[in-house]
Amino acid sequence: MKRISRGRFLRTMGAAGVAGSTLSVLACQPNTSAQSGGGGGGPEEKALNFYNWADYVAESTVPDFEKQTGIKVTQDFFSSNEDLLAKLQAGGTGYDVIVPSDYMVAIMIKSDVVQKLDMAQIPNSKNVGKEYKGLSYDPNNEYSLPYQWGTTGILYNKKEIGQLPESWDPLWDTEFEGEMSMLNDTRETLGAALYKLGYSVNATDQGQLEEAKAELKKQNPLLRGYFDSTEARPLVQNGDLLLGHVFSGDAFLALSENEDLDYVIPKPAATRWTDNMCIPNGAEHPQNAHKFINYILDAEVGAELSNYTYYATPNEAALPMIDDALKKLPTYSPTQEQFERLQVIEDTGEVTREYERIFTEVKSS
Amino acid sequence: MRERVAKGWSAGLAALLAPVTLWLGLFFLIPLLIILVYSFGTSGIYGGITLGFNPGNYLKVFDPLYLEIIVRSFGIAALTTLICFLLGYPLAYFIVFKGRRWRNALILLVMVPFWTSLLIRAYAWVVILGGNGIANKTLQFLGITDGPVNLIFTPEAVLMGMTYSYLPFMVLPLYAALEKFDVRLKEAGKDLGASRWQTFVRVTFPLSLPGVIAGSILVFIPSAGEFVIPDLLGGSQTVMTGNLIQNQFLQSRDWAFGSALSVLLAVLLLGAIMFYVRRIGSDKLEGV
Amino acid sequence: MAATTTKGSRKGTTSGLPDWGLLLGSVLVYLFLYAPIAVLIFFSFNSTRSTQVWTGFSFEWYGQLLSDPTILQAFRTSLTVGVFATLIATVIGTMTALALSRHRFRGQTAADTAIYAATVMPEIVVGVSLLVFFVAVGFELGITTIVIAHVAFTISFVTIVVRARLAGMDRSVEEAAQDLGASPVQTFFRVTLPLILPGVMAGGLLAFTLSFDDFVITYFVSGVGSSTLPLKIYSMIKFGVSPVINALSTVVLVATLFLIFGGSRLLVRKENA
Repeated sequence: MKRISRGRFLRTMGAAGVAGSTLSVLACQPNTSAQSGGGGGGPEEKALNFYNWADYVAESTVPDFEKQTGIKVTQDFFSSNEDLLAKLQAGGTGYDVIVPSDYMVAIMIKSDVVQKLDMAQIPNSKNVGKEYKGLSYDPNNEYSLPYQWGTTGILYNKKEIGQLPESWDPLWDTEFEGEMSMLNDTRETLGAALYKLGYSVNATDQGQLEEAKAELKKQNPLLRGYFDSTEARPLVQNGDLLLGHVFSGDAFLALSENEDLDYVIPKPAATRWTDNMCIPNGAEHPQNAHKFINYILDAEVGAELSNYTYYATPNEAALPMIDDALKKLPTYSPTQEQFERLQVIEDTGEVTREYERIFTEVKSS
Repeated sequence: MRERVAKGWSAGLAALLAPVTLWLGLFFLIPLLIILVYSFGTSGIYGGITLGFNPGNYLKVFDPLYLEIIVRSFGIAALTTLICFLLGYPLAYFIVFKGRRWRNALILLVMVPFWTSLLIRAYAWVVILGGNGIANKTLQFLGITDGPVNLIFTPEAVLMGMTYSYLPFMVLPLYAALEKFDVRLKEAGKDLGASRWQTFVRVTFPLSLPGVIAGSILVFIPSAGEFVIPDLLGGSQTVMTGNLIQNQFLQSRDWAFGSALSVLLAVLLLGAIMFYVRRIGSDKLEGV
Repeated sequence: MAATTTKGSRKGTTSGLPDWGLLLGSVLVYLFLYAPIAVLIFFSFNSTRSTQVWTGFSFEWYGQLLSDPTILQAFRTSLTVGVFATLIATVIGTMTALALSRHRFRGQTAADTAIYAATVMPEIVVGVSLLVFFVAVGFELGITTIVIAHVAFTISFVTIVVRARLAGMDRSVEEAAQDLGASPVQTFFRVTLPLILPGVMAGGLLAFTLSFDDFVITYFVSGVGSSTLPLKIYSMIKFGVSPVINALSTVVLVATLFLIFGGSRLLVRKENA
């Protein structure tokens, strides 16, 4: 056993002590988060923490807001609705505006993660088209206002396989074996099977779910894989795939670059989804948050946004300013009949786990 | 002559171990305890946990679907480790013994690609292995195939992706272990009449064993928990434990079950390591 | 005297394996490692927002790199976190490796197990539990929490790598130094450390790489305004990763390669006499 001198020992212990106290000092930083917002109270500091999907704002959206209001915006990014929820639930606070999708808004309302909006501070809410308000996940728009919306359908190579019927059957057609893909999204893919069978995308009946599972298992060997929409798009553009289950924004992007492609919203039903702006509980700058939401709902800002993202705008006042090239694309502004085909994905509570298990089983087979 | 290894506790030992004890104690052990507690809790429908004693989460693991996934993951992890070893050892050997003055540059060059996001490198592989990609075009050019072949979105592609992703975890420990190698020992072997291959098998390789063990562990463990590669390069058709656990925390919002799965995975992996280390003989780890 | 079989010339033969085979194999592995790099550099010049479908040549994304502040900010954050986490983890990891390699003590198995255990938990579990922990103790989320988390999950990797270096190490020089009257600390800094430096650097390299591209853990423990590059990149999955990332990666790659070859005087070892 080596013995060390007393001096050395003390010095080493001292170093450890310094490290330890540094750590405790760091730990004692003032906890400025998790104060309740409420929208009232004194003047807020001129800051806003915006938690969004990456690249979901036009280049000028945030800088223009900063110029107009003098409020400094900090942008952070999440990569899925579930990530967003998990982080907020585990205590990750500090965000003022978040952008969850429809079913997630419902979940957040039920688990008390978001706060009510003060419509008096959002006069531009009148710009939102009536088809995009009062949807099942937030019937009176007490907690959310729509940001962008879209549909989920089939992007396919019209040149190679001709005009497709507006149906889900082609995705089960053995002729296209190995050249099709479905979304790596439980609700959307299970939803496609449910739609095909004529059921609701929010089915909870065990029998219906079993049928849907059987359909997906039948389809599994025919697929190239289950992809994100953004992965499927280049594969269809490249010719690696003939048909891809995608979101409308990706379809519109592909269509505008490649005339050989086409996009359909199948019958008897398909999904419409909406991304929304919400204010989480504990937001530090709720007044600024309201200002920002109001700003987004401005006609010009809304048009700029949608012209950049290629997703459709729920902002009726913005519609005239959308690029013509976009407006011409099939289903960009769906007809009444097409609208009636669209269903909204809702939270299915406990049955969600059953859905997930089914999808895992299908993918594993 | 002094002993090589100091026996028993001393202030020096305590000082050396203090930082890691503090850091891991606070920032690993406590969170681990949280997870252990969670694994016995009951998940709320929308995430979150009610604490309590519910061993049911562990029973849920014994579902053939989940067991199949776990077994598959371990299999892929083992294969990945093997391939990484076969590719990584010659490379590490080359860098240490043939690289000479360029050793540092060469080892850095191995790591540089990994400072770009895995995501874009995976997308690049999709391009390379796609129907119209370079790989297929080369195969057709060489006459090996007639038309495009499915190279991507297959289980093989997943294996390739895993190997690609974890190669540095094998190369770095091997490099570290080989780097100390005393050239004189090899020359002594040769002077005594051993062939180059014999020198390698009898002298070099055994002394590099600690690096092989370290590399194997550092590849096997994260491979078993991988979830990005199976989705990006496998078309999400190869479901691994990592995917399963991610799914439990995110889409299924079943934190309790997810925690139980994680604890189980951790115990299995730890068991595998201990078995592996003991089998090789822990003295080899010290090379004594 | 047994016959020796050698391939190639005897001159400068310090290896036990054929030279040309090793060289070829190594080149192939480097090609394997860099193939996707070549592709991603290629697509950084794409004229549309695709990283997989080539449509034409353009410098657009390099321009955007300069005009989009969030990307460079994210890069800066990643670098800052990476450097701090690596320094701390490397120091602590090396100390731990020394302790475990050169001592036999009660509780050693527990210590060994703990080190391995710190590598076996899945990332999402580490992320969520750390977040819960930080919130419970009132620790504000930000760069500090990210660094803390990164150190926590990389220490073990450094320890394991450095132990591989220490195992079976020839201690005669160290012993000679001590025989000549050097104190343990002096011996460490003047003799041991220079000897094991490449191993320590290998550990540090691994730690940095783990930190720089980490997503899941970082996502959960990051606070407002502390987005790292992976957070931004993974968030782009919804709309497609823009070639801006390719452009950034290309710039980083080129700069790093420049440093490696330009600073070769520092990196190129002096040949031992």
